[in-house]
Amino acid sequence: MAKDMQMNAHQEHENEQDDDRAALEEHRHVVPPRIYLIVGTTLLIFTALTVWASYLELGVFNPIIALFIACVKATIVVLFFMHVKYSTKLTKLTVGAGLFTFLTLIGMTLADYFTRAWGRW
Amino acid sequence: MGQQVDATGFAMWLFLLTEIMFFGGLFTAYLIYRNWYYPAFVAGSHQLDIIWGTANTAVLITSSFTMAMGVWCAETRRKGGLLLCLCLTLFLGLVFLGIKSIEYGEKIEKHHVPGFHYSLKSFTDPESDPQIYKMYHDKPLPLDMARHTEMYFGLYFAMTGMHALHMIIGCAILVYMVFRAQAGAYTTGHVTFVENFGLYWHFVDIIWIFLFPLLYLISRHG
Repeated sequence: MAKDMQMNAHQEHENEQDDDRAALEEHRHVVPPRIYLIVGTTLLIFTALTVWASYLELGVFNPIIALFIACVKATIVVLFFMHVKYSTKLTKLTVGAGLFTFLTLIGMTLADYFTRAWGRW
Repeated sequence: MGQQVDATGFAMWLFLLTEIMFFGGLFTAYLIYRNWYYPAFVAGSHQLDIIWGTANTAVLITSSFTMAMGVWCAETRRKGGLLLCLCLTLFLGLVFLGIKSIEYGEKIEKHHVPGFHYSLKSFTDPESDPQIYKMYHDKPLPLDMARHTEMYFGLYFAMTGMHALHMIIGCAILVYMVFRAQAGAYTTGHVTFVENFGLYWHFVDIIWIFLFPLLYLISRHG
């Protein structure tokens, strides 16, 4: 009888550990290597694309295209390599809020500098 | 346990956001000066070697891929795979720094490092620099605009230097991780350290993804 109870306690303890592990595994979405391979290849293709585009004569669109491609690449890295696509809402919100603050600060600073000498160039 | 994992990932992201704000200051300074002294920035950019720059971008992206695979190996408890991925990432990081130091060497030789020995010769008299001249046929810049190339190179060294410093720190941590991984530390289900280091490494990659077009690809058509 005492032995049975001991066994039960032991089993319960093991079950708890399994639950912990299950919770951990459930929490961690394991991204398969196939996705990493696709993402890595896409990034290399975009790199070739941006170098090629910089040799075209496109006027103001040269930097716009270069920055657009850079933004696409950065987004892919953040979503897949950095797992944000598979992360909790907290992480998504943190990244989003940070990006928003960053763009606001840069946007406001640039708006000031670019309009300060308006009409005097 | 889930909460702890959440908390460390959250903290890592907060740290990365402070890093983004820090680099953001440099990027903003760059955008303002580029807007003011555009011809100087074009001439300065032509001094950078596009082959080295593109190669380095490819090296860094590949290292991000091997790092991501390292995280996967840790998650699926593959010790050998993890060691291989960490070593490859470290190797590619060192290749990046090696190429960067070759590029810095070229700048030092041509006296394009801002300071007392800075030389305007390549910009006031582009034909004196035949290697660059035969590719882009730059017109000579007036002296006051040529002087502003020093600002371009100042920003170039500040931004790539700060990026390289992050790479050096990353490589140092990778060396530590290789030893820890060899002892089996990350293949027991505790992958937080590997995962958060992965976030750092990918962040450094993202900085380069923006530095490359901004510094190297300003205006490549002749």
